[in-house]
Amino acid sequence: MHSSTLLILLLGLMALAYHFGRKRAISSAGGIARINTLHSLPAYYGLYAALWAGIPAMLLMALWSGFQNEILIAILKSELPPSLMDGLSTGQVGLMVNDIENLASGAIVSGSVTPEMQAVADRYAQLQRFADWAMWLAVLAIAVGGMGYAWSRTQPRMRARNRVENIFMVILVVFSSIAILTTLGIVLSVLFESLRFFQSISPLEFFFGTLWSPQTALRADQVGASGAFGAVPLFTGTLMVSAIAMLVAVPIGLMSAIYLSEYAPRRVRSLAKPTLEILAGVPTVVYGFFAALSVAPLIRELGMSMGFSVASESALAAGLVMGIMIIPFVSSLSEDVINAVPQAMRDGSYALGATQSETIWRVIIPAALPGIVGGILLAVSRAIGETMIVVMAAGLAANLTANPLDSVTTVTVQIVTLLTGDQEFDSPKTMAAFALGLTLFAVTLTLNVIALHIVRKYREQYE
Amino acid sequence: MSTTVEAMGQRVGAMSAAELSSRPDSRATVGDVTVANPRMVCREVDVWYGSKQAIKGVSLDIGKNEVVSMIGPSGCGKSTFLRCLNRMNDTIDGCRVEGSIQLDGQDIYDKGLDPVPLRAQVGMVFQKPNPFPKSIYENVAYGPRIHGLTNNKAELDALVEASLRKAGLWNEVKDRLDQPGTGLSGGQQQRLCIARTIAVSPEVILMDEPCSALDPIATAIVEELIDELRANYSIAIVTHSMQQAARVSQRTAYFHMGDLIEVGETNEIFTNPRHKLTEDYITGRFG
Amino acid sequence: MNKPSSAGAPPRRAIDIVNASLKRRYARERRFRLIGLTAVVMGLLFVALLFADIIGKGHTAFQQTYIQLPLTFDAGLIDPKGTRDPETLRSANYNALIRAALRDVYPDVTERRDIRALGSMFSVGAPSQLRDRILANPDLIGTTQEVWLLADDDIDMLIKGYIDRDLPESERRVKDRTVEWVERLEAEGRIEKRFNTIFFTHGTSREPELAGIAGALMGTFYTLVLTLLLSFPIGVGAAVYLEEFAPRNRWTDLIEVNINNLAAVPSVIFGLLGLAVFIGLFGVPRSTPLVASLVLSLMTLPIMIIASRAALKSVPPSIREAALGVGASPLQTQFHHVLPLAMPGMLTGAIIGMAHALGETAPLLMIGMIAFIVDIPSGFTDAATVLPVQIFLWADSPERAFVERTSAAIMVLLAFLILMNLAAVLLRRRFERRW
Repeated sequence: MHSSTLLILLLGLMALAYHFGRKRAISSAGGIARINTLHSLPAYYGLYAALWAGIPAMLLMALWSGFQNEILIAILKSELPPSLMDGLSTGQVGLMVNDIENLASGAIVSGSVTPEMQAVADRYAQLQRFADWAMWLAVLAIAVGGMGYAWSRTQPRMRARNRVENIFMVILVVFSSIAILTTLGIVLSVLFESLRFFQSISPLEFFFGTLWSPQTALRADQVGASGAFGAVPLFTGTLMVSAIAMLVAVPIGLMSAIYLSEYAPRRVRSLAKPTLEILAGVPTVVYGFFAALSVAPLIRELGMSMGFSVASESALAAGLVMGIMIIPFVSSLSEDVINAVPQAMRDGSYALGATQSETIWRVIIPAALPGIVGGILLAVSRAIGETMIVVMAAGLAANLTANPLDSVTTVTVQIVTLLTGDQEFDSPKTMAAFALGLTLFAVTLTLNVIALHIVRKYREQYE
Repeated sequence: MSTTVEAMGQRVGAMSAAELSSRPDSRATVGDVTVANPRMVCREVDVWYGSKQAIKGVSLDIGKNEVVSMIGPSGCGKSTFLRCLNRMNDTIDGCRVEGSIQLDGQDIYDKGLDPVPLRAQVGMVFQKPNPFPKSIYENVAYGPRIHGLTNNKAELDALVEASLRKAGLWNEVKDRLDQPGTGLSGGQQQRLCIARTIAVSPEVILMDEPCSALDPIATAIVEELIDELRANYSIAIVTHSMQQAARVSQRTAYFHMGDLIEVGETNEIFTNPRHKLTEDYITGRFG
Repeated sequence: MNKPSSAGAPPRRAIDIVNASLKRRYARERRFRLIGLTAVVMGLLFVALLFADIIGKGHTAFQQTYIQLPLTFDAGLIDPKGTRDPETLRSANYNALIRAALRDVYPDVTERRDIRALGSMFSVGAPSQLRDRILANPDLIGTTQEVWLLADDDIDMLIKGYIDRDLPESERRVKDRTVEWVERLEAEGRIEKRFNTIFFTHGTSREPELAGIAGALMGTFYTLVLTLLLSFPIGVGAAVYLEEFAPRNRWTDLIEVNINNLAAVPSVIFGLLGLAVFIGLFGVPRSTPLVASLVLSLMTLPIMIIASRAALKSVPPSIREAALGVGASPLQTQFHHVLPLAMPGMLTGAIIGMAHALGETAPLLMIGMIAFIVDIPSGFTDAATVLPVQIFLWADSPERAFVERTSAAIMVLLAFLILMNLAAVLLRRRFERRW
């Protein structure tokens, strides 16, 4: 009894509703010959019926499958025999419920299975079966009911087209609001978990602490159970990698944008530009591989031969490769703003006898500066949020260091590390990832808003 | 072709209008294209945009301390011709110039000639005021800075002030030199552009419809300025307004479809045009 | 009129000063130009380096080493009762067949350690290779055949030259004894490199020689199909509303700001969203193409909307006026006239969005796509992984042989990306219309 089966069944019902709605409209008009007495084309009556059959049922189905589990677990918890609950913390109860769920679905269970637990699991499975059946019945009933309603409303004077179009309009509005829902979802999900995190770890410690070691406690009374959550080493690590990346990307990106837009012959430009843009299309995991397996060993060898001690996962390797990734980003943004500088500026400068480089340095760059700065800010936000390269090449050691040859870790690396592998939802370790996510989101959002604002202002200036 | 034109350039001074008009492939220019004291000498100039010919065999002199105005209907090639005089056409793709244009006896399209110092000698003011997005001071100081015309800050200050004074802008902007040039009014912007051009001490100033974006009062001020500038510079001005040509220039050249139809004393052209096309244009039959 | 000289300008003519400084200025011009050219060349060099590195490391993975062995399909070992029952055939000890064959070929190898080393020249997948052969053709039982067996990854690396035979034995993964055997086999022509079909037909494995990308490819396929199904209609719908119907008010502004910002939110944040909302709140099963496509849809949505709006903008207003003029409703105008004309542009946007989704890794790590899944998924709710995540997992594996496989997987990924971008470019060229 898969829910996708139900979905397909619903689609079938909608097709049926369309067919009958259309038929009914034609017959209510008095046959195909008198079809012009209908307000709308028969197809709209069909659509009207199909929408009535499908939409309420689908909404119910989505809601039901979204909340069924929550409700069942709540029922289960309220019914748990006290003997099972004896002396367990809330976290352990959660673990047990997890076990029961697994037991019911026939998966592998972490602890030993007592007959009591087996009984609860059986009860859970029974509840689940019941709920599934109930959902099927309810959804199909609503679908048929909707169909019936549409059937009863179908008559020549009903403004079917307008009604269908209104429904479509609502759907379009909902679609366009998904962007807002997404942002809301991001903010709420990171905020909610972060607030819980900050209840156990003070924000002061998180933002200003210099020790990061989020190990999980196996027992409540373990020494250092809560771990250390001072995120400063992550911030400095992120900054260092991003700074290295920008040191690579900004000069190369900016200068190649200038060369391609002001100097290069058309043929060179039409070849070099798309080739450079390949760099933007390469997935970050590929850069990560390149950084970890090719660049990092190379830098290590080089450093060793010059007598430096280089970590095998140095910040330099990650930063360099990240810089390469960002080059096309910087260059295409800079090229856009350079091209937006009006030709009149160039003419004015050339007419005074300026050479090309003088014109570029003293007129075009200053004129394009706001746009370039905006572009660079966007690139910085990119570098800060980049994940795969640093996960694969920058390592996990939270060192507070200014040496680019050392290994550092970044915010994104820690988010990924804390949330991959086995996890429980309530440990500070997991919630710390969300607090880091919140920080990352806030910083990148601020950068983006500022950058987009600057770029827009800049464009308006020359429009 | 180019060798013959160069050869023609050698004996240009001796060539009369009658001789020039004997060339079969271009329309004969009515009137005398030469002046007694020329600064720029153009002979048989052809300009091509790709395969389209925009200027056909135009010959014209620009004398010392005179204002030459170029008039004619839209698309007649007068602006194109103006842009040839300091090689601004170089920045346009596919533009080709043939014939000879000399500045003080030096062919400016000579292979070895560098457009950078040329443009320092032949300045240009554009149709739309185009101050750089910098302060008023920096706008004027730009040319002297890139060319290294001054040795210290005091000299530069003095040069900026002198240029702004000559452009008649000093009194209006002396208290706000550090404000952006783009914040000035249209007329002030155009005078700022003139000041910017003057600051590099050019010998010839080319003006491409310098007043077309200005209101009548600003236009009057700029026209007055042009008349004053005549004392030190040679000026070639392209204009749409015949009244303006009559007010500011000593000589007028009438262009039509890439041909130079008639050249003469401004008074003569406007009171007694000799060519039918010129007459039609100035009496407003087309344009 | 002030003369320049009286205003403090230098006494020389300006043009002389200009000419005097020209040489220096042109030197600066050349230097500037050279720096620009260097920047472009460096950029191009990086592209070349990246591709050369990946291809250089990965091209060998498309071949796989096999070792030929004269092998007797001993009926006593495979099917002692002679029933030919498939169940018996399936559960027979094929490893013993290989061991017996090795005893025959190398009668002088008697020490237990050496026997084990001999056996480990073959992949742990070699017995199942034999099993499949027998199952396909039970008549082979009792015969002696020359069979090509899959070599272990260490042997594969040795043959491909990734393990240096000249290194001292202690620093080498493959011992001297084995190298001797391999060299003898090579001399007898019993070692061969063949096209690596396993790489394209198997799921992942802990053994490099048995690991393939088929599972990841199928996972990617399911994920992308669902992502397209979700994000394309929503993206087009949102674009139509915002571009054609939305009133200019605060809500619309808010939506626009949101879309622009979402396009620049780090992808890892979307992983947090997926984990907290889709998995935590709605209970969508983790590690499935379903949850992956939900997350990727939200990520690609801004790209889709922005591209679709650009496509709608390029349809001239006269088309809309013409349709409205003959009495079509605004929605009919959209669906009958504007959308068909804007469709190529929207499809181009969709392809580019899908290319983004194809290469995305970070958010998927957090919603369980990182799990080790051997089976090839066959539906939207089967546990699966996707190609980029597979690359990430393999890149983490210590075995030398995984390096070439990772590179090869990257080559496959890049090939798909290049194809998709090419399709987008062609589509744009084919349907580009100037109004």
